[in-house]
Amino acid sequence: MAHYETENMSDFETVIGLEVHLQLNTKTKIFCSCANQYGCAPNTNVCPVCLGLPGTLPVLNQQALLYGIKAGLALNAEISPFIKFDRKNYYYPDLPKGYQISQYDFPVAKKGYLNIKSGGLEKRIGITRAHLEEDAGKLVHDNSGSFSLADFNRTGTPLIEIVTEPDLRSPQEAYDYLNTLKLTLQYLGISDCDMEKGSLRCDANVSIRPRGQTSLGTKTELKNMNSFRAVKMALEYEVRRHEQVILAGEKIVQETLLWDDEKAQTRTMRSKEQAHDYRYFPDPDLVPFTIDYKTIDGVRAELPELPQAKFARFMSQYGLSEYDANILVSDSGMADFFEASLKEYPQAKKIANWLSGPVLMELNNRKTAIGGLKITPAGLVELIAKVEEGVISNLAGKEVLTFMLDEGKSAEEIIKEKSLAQVSDDSALLVIIDEVIVQNPAVVEQIKSGKPNGIGFLVGQAMKRSGGRANPKKLNELITRRITGA
Amino acid sequence: MSITKEDVKYIAALARIDVPEDKLEGFTKTLVDIVHYVEQLQKLNVDNVKPTSHAVPVGNVLRPDVIKPSFTNQEALAIAVEAKDGSFKVPLVIE
Amino acid sequence: MSLHQLTAHDLLDVFKSRQATPKEAYDAVLERIKAVDPKVKAYVRLAQHKPEFKGEFQIPIAIKDILCIKGEETTCASRILKGFISPYDSGVTQRVKKSGGTILGIVNMDEFAFGSSCETSCYGPTYNPWDLKCVPGGSSGGSAASVAADEAMWALGSDTGGSIRQPASFCGIVGLKPTYGRVSRYGLIAFASSLDQIGPLTKDVRDCALLMNIISGYDDRDSTSVNEPVPDYTKALVNDVRGLKIGIPKEAFVDGLDAQVRRSVEEALDLLKKLGAIVKEVSLPHTPYAVATYYIVATAEASSNLARFDGVRYGLRALPSRIRKNALVDMYEETRSKGFGDEAKRRIMLGTYALSSGYYDAYYLRGQKVRTLIKNDLDEVFKDCDVIMTPTSPTVAFKVGEKISDPISMYLSDIYTIPANLAGIPAISIPCGFSKSGLPIGLQLMGKAFDEEMLLRVSYTYEQNTQWHTMKPKI
Repeated sequence: MAHYETENMSDFETVIGLEVHLQLNTKTKIFCSCANQYGCAPNTNVCPVCLGLPGTLPVLNQQALLYGIKAGLALNAEISPFIKFDRKNYYYPDLPKGYQISQYDFPVAKKGYLNIKSGGLEKRIGITRAHLEEDAGKLVHDNSGSFSLADFNRTGTPLIEIVTEPDLRSPQEAYDYLNTLKLTLQYLGISDCDMEKGSLRCDANVSIRPRGQTSLGTKTELKNMNSFRAVKMALEYEVRRHEQVILAGEKIVQETLLWDDEKAQTRTMRSKEQAHDYRYFPDPDLVPFTIDYKTIDGVRAELPELPQAKFARFMSQYGLSEYDANILVSDSGMADFFEASLKEYPQAKKIANWLSGPVLMELNNRKTAIGGLKITPAGLVELIAKVEEGVISNLAGKEVLTFMLDEGKSAEEIIKEKSLAQVSDDSALLVIIDEVIVQNPAVVEQIKSGKPNGIGFLVGQAMKRSGGRANPKKLNELITRRITGA
Repeated sequence: MSITKEDVKYIAALARIDVPEDKLEGFTKTLVDIVHYVEQLQKLNVDNVKPTSHAVPVGNVLRPDVIKPSFTNQEALAIAVEAKDGSFKVPLVIE
Repeated sequence: MSLHQLTAHDLLDVFKSRQATPKEAYDAVLERIKAVDPKVKAYVRLAQHKPEFKGEFQIPIAIKDILCIKGEETTCASRILKGFISPYDSGVTQRVKKSGGTILGIVNMDEFAFGSSCETSCYGPTYNPWDLKCVPGGSSGGSAASVAADEAMWALGSDTGGSIRQPASFCGIVGLKPTYGRVSRYGLIAFASSLDQIGPLTKDVRDCALLMNIISGYDDRDSTSVNEPVPDYTKALVNDVRGLKIGIPKEAFVDGLDAQVRRSVEEALDLLKKLGAIVKEVSLPHTPYAVATYYIVATAEASSNLARFDGVRYGLRALPSRIRKNALVDMYEETRSKGFGDEAKRRIMLGTYALSSGYYDAYYLRGQKVRTLIKNDLDEVFKDCDVIMTPTSPTVAFKVGEKISDPISMYLSDIYTIPANLAGIPAISIPCGFSKSGLPIGLQLMGKAFDEEMLLRVSYTYEQNTQWHTMKPKI
C-alpha cells in the first residue's frame, strides 16, 4: 500500500462528472396529456397513464422530442438518426409503473460539448450524452406518523438528462459549468432551470488520482444538492475527504452519498439498496423514432443566438466591456431588452450602464426577471433621455425608475406627479447659490485663492438646499462663475 | 448455466417476491427445468441477426402537446388503498 | 331454437323481424347463465351496470377479466387486483358499448393470462362444456366456455401465445387473433406488450367478422396501434377457395401430436383441396424454437409489466405481522407474495432472470433475435402461400389437474399458436372435428399481416361445407 510521503495536496488531480436533470416546460407531460404544471394541489394533474393503472400505455409528446433535439444542437452534439426508449426497472413508491421510461443505448444526442470560462481560462467540457426520460412523483415523509404520502402530479414530467465526460477538474469548474449550462438552456426556452422549484437537479461523480495517472480513481456519487453553491461545497468537502482517506492509506468505497446542507457534510444513504440491477430493455409499448435531416435542420433554424455568441457580438458590435456584456447576456430577456432599447436610442454604453446598474438592482430587490418588471424598452429610453437632457438628475433618475416600476407609469408621468423635475433655471438656482455662498465664506475664500476643490462642496450644499432637485452641472457652472467670474 | 437456490433468492428479491424456505426447493427445481429447456436457443447461430422488438414496422408515433382533462383528486383517490390529505399513503420510506 | 342458442347474426335478424327485443335476448342469456354456469363456472362476476339497450349491435357479450371496463371490477383473475374498480374504459369496450353491445359479465381466465388451461385463476377453474372434467383451454378459458355453452352470444378474449385460439379449439368454437396493432391495446392489462392482442371468440365465422368490424381500428392512445383502414370483414365471407394456396409446414407433425387431431386436420385439408385449394408443403425451420423464444421474451416483458402491482396505489396491500426488512420492502414482498399465484411468480422470476445483469445477452437479446428468424421463415413462406395451416393444439382438451404440475408440458400445448404472436400476424382457429371421446378438435390458419380477410374467407368456405359449427355440447 503506497504511503504518500509528502503532505502536498496538489499531488492529486480532481476528476468530476456531472449529471443534470432538467424538467422541460412543455404544456403536457411526456407520455400523457396531463398538464405539466408546478405547484398544483396533490394528485390533481393525474390520469390513468401517469398513475400507472393497469392497461395504460404511453404516447410520446412531440414537443418533448423537439426540445430534446434543440438541447442536443445547443450542446454541439450529434443528434441520433435513430432513437428508442427503454425501461429502467426498480421499485419505489414514487414510480407508479415499477419502471421509468428512459433511454439507454440510443439517446437523442451524443458527443457534444459546452465551452465554459473558469478561472479566466476557456475550457471545453465534453457532453457524453443527453437523453429524454420521465420524472417520478414526489414523496413527503412523516417520521412521527411512520408513513409517507405520494403525490403523482410530477410523474411523467418530461426530463432531459445531460451527462458530462469526467472533464471537470475542480469544484469551481463544476460550478461554472452549471451556470453556463443553465444559461444556455434558458436561452432555448425549454426549461426554467430553477433548482429551487426542482426544474433543475444535479448529481455529481467525483474521484481523485495522483497527478499524471490516466486511469480514474474510485468515484463516489453525490446527491441531494439543492443549489449550485451546494454542489460546489459538497464537491469541495468530498474531494478533501477522498484525499484524507487515501493519505491515511485506506481505500475509497464506491457508494452514493447524500449532501447534508445543514451539517455541511456528506453522509451514506441509510437504505442499503445501492447496487441496482435495472434490467434495461427496449420498451415494447413505444415505437422507435427516426430523426431525419429535415427535422434537425428545422430545429437548428429556430435556435436562438446562444449566450456565448451573443456575448462576443455585444463586445465587438457595441464596444461593451466584458463586465457589461456579461450582465446583459446573463438573461436572454435582458439581452433582448437591451437591443430593443438600442433601436430607440443608439447609445449602447449608456443603456448598458442603466441596465447593469439601477435596473439590475431593482431586479435583485424584486426577485424577478426583466419580463416581470413594469417597464418597456421605450419606457427606459424615455427615462434615460430625461436624465441626459437634464430634466432630472442622475440620482433622481434612479428614484423615478423605482416609482415607474411600482406604479407602471411613464417617466414623464412620474416626474410630473412627484415634482422631481430638476431645477435648471438659472435665476432659481442663483437664489440658492447666493445663500450658500453667504453661509460658507471660508470656502469661498479658498476658491478665490485658486483652490477649486471647494466648488464640489458648495455644489453639495446647494443640492441639499434644493432638496436634491438642482441640476448639479448647472450648479457647478454657476457657482464657478459667481465666485471666480470664469 | 444453471440456477441455484441462491440465484432464486436474489431474483425473488429483485422482483419483490418473498419465497419462503419450504417453497424455495420447488421453485428452484421448476426454474432449473425451464431454463434448461430454453437453453436450446444457444444452439442457433444469431450472428448478424437483428433483434425484433416490434412485430409491425410502426415508427415515429407522436402526440401533439395539447392538454386534455385529468382526473379530479377525488377520482384519482377512488382507487387508493389508503389515502390522506389528497395523497396516496404508504409505509414510511427511508432514504 | 331458444334465443340463447342463436348466433349473433341470427339474433340480429330476430331483432329486425321483431321476433324478440335486445332486452329479451339479454335476459334469456342471463337465464342460461344461471342455469348452467354453476357447472361450467365461466363467469367470475356479472356486470354491475345494466346496458342502455340502444345501438346497432345489441348483442349479449362476455368480456375477459383482463379488459378494463369503467365502473366494473377488473382483476385479471388475481388476488392482487381484487376490489380494483376501473375508473376508465379500454378502447375495445368503448367500441363495444358504442356499437350497442350488452355486457353480460366478466369471464374467467388464467391469472394474468399465464396459462393454457384456465386453472391458475384465483377464482378456481372453468370447465369445458363438452366434458366438465376437462379444461376449456386458456388463458381465455372463460370466454371460450361461455360461448360454447351459449352463456354469451360472443366474447372478447386476449391472445399472447395462443390464448384465444387454443381455448376456441378445445371448446369447438371460432377464435381469431388479429394482426398486432389491428385492435387497440389501451385498457388491456398487459402480459407481453409486443405479443398481446384482443380478439373475438364466436359461434361461427360470420359472427367473427361482425365482431372484428366492431373492435378493430386505430386508437391514438396506443403507440403500437396501426392506422390502417378497417375493411368490412363480412365482405370476405365468400364460399370459394379455388386457386388459393395453403401451406402445410412439415415441422407441424411433431412428436406429441395426437393421432386423432392429425387425422381431423388432414381430412380438413382434403376437403379444401376438393374445393379447389392448392396445398403446398413448406418449411418453417425455426418453429421448433418458438416455445423457448416465447418463454423468454414474453416472461421478460411480463416481469416488467407486473411490477406496478405493488400495493402502493390500488388493489391488494398486505403487510407481514412483524417487520422483516423494513416496512416498505415488507409491503412490496408481502403484497406480491400473497397476491400472485405460483405460475405468476414463476413467470415473473423467469422474466426477471432473463433480463438481469449478465444474462440479458444470452437470454432476452438472443430470444429477440430468434424471433427475427421465426418471422423471416413465415415471411418467406407467405411469398408463395395465402394461408398456412396447422392443428391449433397438439391435443384435445386434457383433464383438469393433468398438466398443472408440469409447466413445460403445459407450455408445449402452445407450440402451433406461438409463432403467429412472435411474428405479429393474424391467425384463426375453427372447429374441424371431434375426438372419439367427444372433445372438439380445432385447425389453425395463419395469414399475412392485415390479411384477416383471407383467413375469414378460407374459414368461411370450410365452415359452409361442414357441420361442426352447428353442434352444441349437452350440459
